[in-house]
Amino acid sequence: MLDGLVDVERGIVSREIFVSEELYRQELERVFARAWLFVGHESQVRQPGDFFVSSMGEESVIVCRDGAGRVRVFLNSCRHRGMKVCRYDEGHTVEFTCPYHGWSYGTDGALVGVPFAKDAYGPRLDRTRWGLVEVAQMTNYKGALWATWDPEAPAFLDYLGGYKLYLDLLLDAWDGREGGTEVIGGVHKWLIPCNWKFPAENFSGDRYHNVSHRSVDLVGIGPSGKGRRDMQERNQARWLDVSFPDLGHSMIVFLRPPDAPIAPAYQDAPDVAEYFRRCEEERQRRRGAQARLFGGPGTIFPNTSPLARQPRTLAVWHPRGPHQTEVWRWYLVDADAPAEVKDFLRQYYIRYSGPAGLTEQDDMENWNYAHGASRGTIARRYAYNYEMGLGRATARFEDHGLALPGVIADVTEANASEHNQRGFYGRWRQLMEAASWKELAAP
Amino acid sequence: MNAPVSPELARFLLKQEVEEFLYREAELLDERRYEEWLALFTEDARYWMPMRRNVPAGEGGREFTREGTDVNWFDEGKATLGRRVGQLRTGVHWAEEPPSRICHMIANVQILSAQPAGPSPTEVGVKSRFLIYRNRVETETDVLVGKREDLLRRVDGRWQIARRKIILDQSVLLTKNLTFFF
Ligand code: FES
Ligand SMILES: [Fe+2]
Repeated sequence: MLDGLVDVERGIVSREIFVSEELYRQELERVFARAWLFVGHESQVRQPGDFFVSSMGEESVIVCRDGAGRVRVFLNSCRHRGMKVCRYDEGHTVEFTCPYHGWSYGTDGALVGVPFAKDAYGPRLDRTRWGLVEVAQMTNYKGALWATWDPEAPAFLDYLGGYKLYLDLLLDAWDGREGGTEVIGGVHKWLIPCNWKFPAENFSGDRYHNVSHRSVDLVGIGPSGKGRRDMQERNQARWLDVSFPDLGHSMIVFLRPPDAPIAPAYQDAPDVAEYFRRCEEERQRRRGAQARLFGGPGTIFPNTSPLARQPRTLAVWHPRGPHQTEVWRWYLVDADAPAEVKDFLRQYYIRYSGPAGLTEQDDMENWNYAHGASRGTIARRYAYNYEMGLGRATARFEDHGLALPGVIADVTEANASEHNQRGFYGRWRQLMEAASWKELAAP
Repeated sequence: MNAPVSPELARFLLKQEVEEFLYREAELLDERRYEEWLALFTEDARYWMPMRRNVPAGEGGREFTREGTDVNWFDEGKATLGRRVGQLRTGVHWAEEPPSRICHMIANVQILSAQPAGPSPTEVGVKSRFLIYRNRVETETDVLVGKREDLLRRVDGRWQIARRKIILDQSVLLTKNLTFFF
């Protein structure tokens, strides 16, 4: 089906997979109805009855904590005639009552109320069969909530595989303790005119587009008053593109030399600088050699992109047709960071990311017009080039005795590669071609 | 000798002055005279634009993200507004290169408060509506509508913006980026 469209061995990907309506339909079935998708963070549903309306692929879903304290994920659509049972973005409730004919559902999804039930239905209606549709599997991993519609999908930790080490760079506290992150209130949501794979592949590891952000480097919004970010830490590190081609996940990571001093950062705010210096010390004490590793942007297949350092965010690229994407961006901080640290980060994050972020504004322009200029009858005949760094990755990366999981391209000298993007599209092709998870798991 | 001004006339003149100020401000933005626009803000100015959520009627207190605590669309002081102006001037800010064509319509100007009481207040609270039209490159077009709540301060005889809250009447932002000012 995809012969000639996705050839990652040669580094060629057809524009059809970004612009074709038919491939988009198949993608919703074969990718979004089967993969694990990020739906929210437990700090958004702290108490029984708390809910947050999220999205999986094109479907609206309710993430809520039921009366027993368990987090559940339901399709946000009434079983009677499909009305959205919840049109609030978040809040607290004991039940969801459908505005159309009044069926109501408990926070555990059970159908608990049917108007005129006795007279209108008699004994016929078996309420136990008409509760809200629930996802097949749901996992809370270090506060991040994930769900899949497919009962056959591998358990989340298997789906994550060796990538766990890299996702932890986002979800663990700065000082190396397990977990401990929370979401800053408010999720950025906005529509962008391009296929969802543009941002997903960009975050998977596109260092090459730095030129796009030159204007931010020139004006300087970094936490030390210069550039876009604090760069000293990266400048002393090895630059690695990490991909898991059999899973589709990837991340840009940085590996500090074993005995490098802690690079100064956040120099614009002495309290914040001191906080991070102490965290870094703690982290090195707790994590040993692994503390040499820190993360950049990445993509968890298919459409969730963690950004593990400044600005520490998690984005989901929700498909809204082949030509449109709805971006949701969550901002994360250490739950127990001092208030002034949280405030400094919050302001830095939103001047960097999101639709008004000085950096991200330019990304949207690129994806917008790259997509637009790829739609034409003539344009779509010409494939994109993903040859950069072909043949330069290794599955056995080791540095000063520290072995890292994944297939890794060291791009310290080359500056960039498209190794991660090839991993992403290779996995995308596998999912699109396989009829089931069983088929995917077969050697 | 000037006849004493009646309170009604003083209010009328003040409103006239404030409206002129807001229209001139819009003119500076639409003519891309950003440095002159920036000079209209006090040194301690706050410029913020909360996000909005869908919440039940009667729980309006939760509708807006909170200033100083939550994530907002904008949360700026004069320094970062200055960076934004600087970025527009780099010539390599691709989201605005070539520049968009932007038109600000300001209407429904209401004076909500004036301090101190009397004929020449030095601080006024003003509410207005905006309609911003952006057209860029070829057919790309955005229309944003909402309200602003300003605190204007008279400094050395001229009005300045000490605080601006921008209320957008959208929850999911329907434009790809916010490269322009409100
Ligand atoms: S659609 Fe929900 S009760 Fe009829
Ligand atoms: Fe970017």
